[in-house]
Amino acid sequence: MQTYDLEANGLRGLNSALQELNGSTNKTSWEIVNPKGSHAIAVGLNSPVDVTIKGSTGYYCAGMNQQATVTVKGSVGPGVAENMMSGTVVVEGDASQYAGATGQGGLLVIKGNASSRCGISMKGIDIVVHGNIGHMCAFMGQAGNLVVLGDAGDALGDSCYEARFFVRGSVKSLGADCVEKEMRPEHIEILKDLLARAGADAKPEEFKRYGSARQLYNFDVDNAQAY
Amino acid sequence: MCGIVGLFLKDKSLEPKLGEMLTDMLITMTDRGPDSAGIAIYGSEADGRSKLTVQSDAPDTAFDGLDGALTESLGTRVSIRVIDTHAVLDVPAGKAEEARSALAELRPGMRVMSAGDTIEIYKEVGLPEKVADRFDVRGMSGTHGIGHTRMATESAVTTEGAHPFSTGSDQCLVHNGSLSNHNSLRRKLRRDGVRIESQNDTEVGAAYLTWKMQNGATLGEALEGTLEDLDGFFNFVVGTKDGFGVVRDPIACKPAVMAETEQYVAFGSEYRALVNLPGIEDAKVWEPEPATVYFWNH
Repeated sequence: MQTYDLEANGLRGLNSALQELNGSTNKTSWEIVNPKGSHAIAVGLNSPVDVTIKGSTGYYCAGMNQQATVTVKGSVGPGVAENMMSGTVVVEGDASQYAGATGQGGLLVIKGNASSRCGISMKGIDIVVHGNIGHMCAFMGQAGNLVVLGDAGDALGDSCYEARFFVRGSVKSLGADCVEKEMRPEHIEILKDLLARAGADAKPEEFKRYGSARQLYNFDVDNAQAY
Repeated sequence: MCGIVGLFLKDKSLEPKLGEMLTDMLITMTDRGPDSAGIAIYGSEADGRSKLTVQSDAPDTAFDGLDGALTESLGTRVSIRVIDTHAVLDVPAGKAEEARSALAELRPGMRVMSAGDTIEIYKEVGLPEKVADRFDVRGMSGTHGIGHTRMATESAVTTEGAHPFSTGSDQCLVHNGSLSNHNSLRRKLRRDGVRIESQNDTEVGAAYLTWKMQNGATLGEALEGTLEDLDGFFNFVVGTKDGFGVVRDPIACKPAVMAETEQYVAFGSEYRALVNLPGIEDAKVWEPEPATVYFWNH
């Protein structure tokens, strides 16, 4: 276990030390103290390291993550795990806007609430939020799963493609072309696995599934004259 | 961008440290707004007296003999406290408007930053740390205060373009965002007799709140009105003599964090601004909801 004092030693030193491990298979453990809301902590990692941040962070924590497991013992600012490729990011508190934006893989777990635009343009990431999510979440979501144990805000899944949304609580409103869909056995299986991996105490049967009605992104010959 | 900090004290024992805490918060937000900075402090109140905070680009000549000239013009004692480019004029309550008219005659070009019983506003172009040092904001005490670091988008980098804006007695507003219907709203408010001095979008937001409150709205109702009548992006933090309010537009793309303890309510554009407040580890910390009005009163 290596401990890094961010306040004393600075952000560049931390990220370059962690990025030096990129490409290696060293499974080392790091603990970051005094994050004090700093931006861009533990970004661009590409090795199976285990990073624990003791406190709350600012913008873009664990951005572009590959392979690493990053745990935040606090809340995160905008853009946590933005464009994550693989690995796991766990936030024990709340997440500000656009958590997991454009993520292509890996698992993002938010144990508190996530605010607006969570999973915007998601492209394969799995996101599990134990609390509620804000408005415009998964806007233009293309692939991956967004699981919400609490309630969803306005315009969930607006203009979405093939991402799946599972919500246990209420949905304030669905976005354009987003509809409720049948929960089939394969969805129960996906959800069961995600809930277990996210340490979430909930039954898959309690959720409703939402997704694209596929009216918006498919060409309809009746609209040909509009082009 | 732009950075906002605000602190509303519930615990009187913190009042002597208000300036110090706000200054640290303000400096942390330098990289969100390095071009100008300002602070509104709600300080002490003297019975039967009002305060006018004024600013001049040529303070040596402008403030020289101003107290005497105003005393003569108003026929009552006016005293002056000069702090760098700003000065606080102490006038009898009810004479603030008269003093403002006299100032326009005596010292054309002098800017009135604020007027009221307790409010003082200090703002200038420059790095937040430099601005806070010039006015020794650290040494100020008070019940609540709001600070702003500016990265200009809608109007020029000048003293009058810096925040906070005050358009009514003991009222002030700071803004992160940009308003898109400020020109039409400015014309409408001016027709209704509201004083608006600059081309800045935020001043129109401040004037709008003043106008609503002049027409009987509470601070909370005036803030609710912004959601209907203002178009654009905004996080507003406002102060009144005994109140402190926050509202975000429905899209809420500008960042905001709040913290509350038994001792205070704090606002920051980012959590970084709040990390050194006493007891922050155990504070209730949350992101204010979009299109939701928050306010506190003493």
